[in-house]
Amino acid sequence: MSDNNAIEDQRPELLPLDAWHRAKGARMVPFAGYEMPIQYDGIVAEHDWTRESASLFDVSHMGQLSLIGPDGDLERAARELEKLLPGAVTSLTPGRMRYSLLLTEAGGVIDDLMITNTGAQLTLVVNGACKWDDIAHLREHLPDEITLTHYDDSALLALQGPKAAEVLDALVPGVAALTFMSAAAFDWEGTSMWVSRAGYTGEDGFEISIHRSRVEELAEALTADDRVRPAGLGARDSLRLEAGLPLYGHDLDQDIDPVTADLVFALSKKRRETGGYLGHSAITARLADAGANTLAQRRVGLLLDGRMPAREGAEVFAGDRKVGRVSSGGFSPTLGRPIAMAYVEAARATEGTALECEVRGRRLPATVSAMPFVPHRYFRGS
Amino acid sequence: MPRYFTEEHEWIDVEGDSATVGITDYAQEQLGDIVFVELPQVGVEVVKGKDAAVVESVKAASDVYAPISGEVTEINGALEDDPALVNSSPEDEGWFFRLTVGDKSELEGLMDAAAYKAFAESA
Repeated sequence: MSDNNAIEDQRPELLPLDAWHRAKGARMVPFAGYEMPIQYDGIVAEHDWTRESASLFDVSHMGQLSLIGPDGDLERAARELEKLLPGAVTSLTPGRMRYSLLLTEAGGVIDDLMITNTGAQLTLVVNGACKWDDIAHLREHLPDEITLTHYDDSALLALQGPKAAEVLDALVPGVAALTFMSAAAFDWEGTSMWVSRAGYTGEDGFEISIHRSRVEELAEALTADDRVRPAGLGARDSLRLEAGLPLYGHDLDQDIDPVTADLVFALSKKRRETGGYLGHSAITARLADAGANTLAQRRVGLLLDGRMPAREGAEVFAGDRKVGRVSSGGFSPTLGRPIAMAYVEAARATEGTALECEVRGRRLPATVSAMPFVPHRYFRGS
Repeated sequence: MPRYFTEEHEWIDVEGDSATVGITDYAQEQLGDIVFVELPQVGVEVVKGKDAAVVESVKAASDVYAPISGEVTEINGALEDDPALVNSSPEDEGWFFRLTVGDKSELEGLMDAAAYKAFAESA
């Protein structure tokens, strides 16, 4: 979900599915320290297919970690992890997962991540470009008796789209009973895999963690179904942008706090009061700012007129006054117009505010818009 | 009508003192789905090797350079409503702009179709 120039200067690693991607016609690019497929047939075709059927994304670059306390003490691991992030982990019941943020003392975002209580341990899925720093951060702050395991032998596939459930359930009976942000272990032809009903496209779908030795067979089995086609990072980026989901390294970094990033939902209400986590005092101050309308900036969505996209780094204006900067932007295939996320002065962050983005000396009219730009279609139960 | 190619994957058709410029099939294939083309204004003097237009694909903006210097005399208005013409017909209906040919010696050093084909295949 992010990139990092320092990592890209080194020779990229190969994904377990590297040869499979190339055989499928993928164009490979360096990303987060890996050679990754950016597209196969074309970004718009893959984007549209995800919205209407189902796409298979390889997200094996992401870090898959687990935490457990002494003698299998999950509760202890949860308590210790809670000292490093603003979400409730101890209240996470087995089979449930939650989005959260690792924070600095100053309230900046070190990474965004998914935490799952598997019943036996806590698992974390973190951004590929951040995983080594995350491991160092966790190891530095967690007590020695908390065991941290990095599952670097596991691949991670995301099957996303409205037909993902019927496709996967035909192969792995029972997965369709999972609801959004729940997860369980399943057996697939003698191999155990961990299936989560989650993703980063705004569509219904699953993330499947499986040992790298079986991932090619699984990818083949999934794409043998005509409803599934492979999709690359390009479509993943345009889908998550339409879904209003921030991309670490672009929309989030260590200089941005969750209140400014409009991720207040990730700040557990109870823990805002009780605190006890790195960054809590800074977060408390930012929440007070937000309440008093003195927050400096806020992440917003922008809908642009015309067809010319405003991309990361484009400056945002209100009249002659510079009021912000685009953090990620592009052309929305679903809406047929450019969209962006930007950090703007909080006073200009109200939905409907007319602003302008400057691109190559031209001013493009833009309107502050609610996100997601395209409604989420998660499965929350029937 | 001779057609020349640049190492930056533009093509240029020369007809007397006028020339038509676009990007090659190889270039559009590399760029992917094109969503917007920013063309120069008619009357602007473009300079060989300098930015003349911008192509926006879903994922990125890319500069298009002038293969030779000259004054822009016409732009392809069809690209405003249908930028995907650059994908579907890059070397015909998806042309970008026409310009005057000031100095024919600037065409020396550009590639012909066979040389460009070999160049693109080795890229």
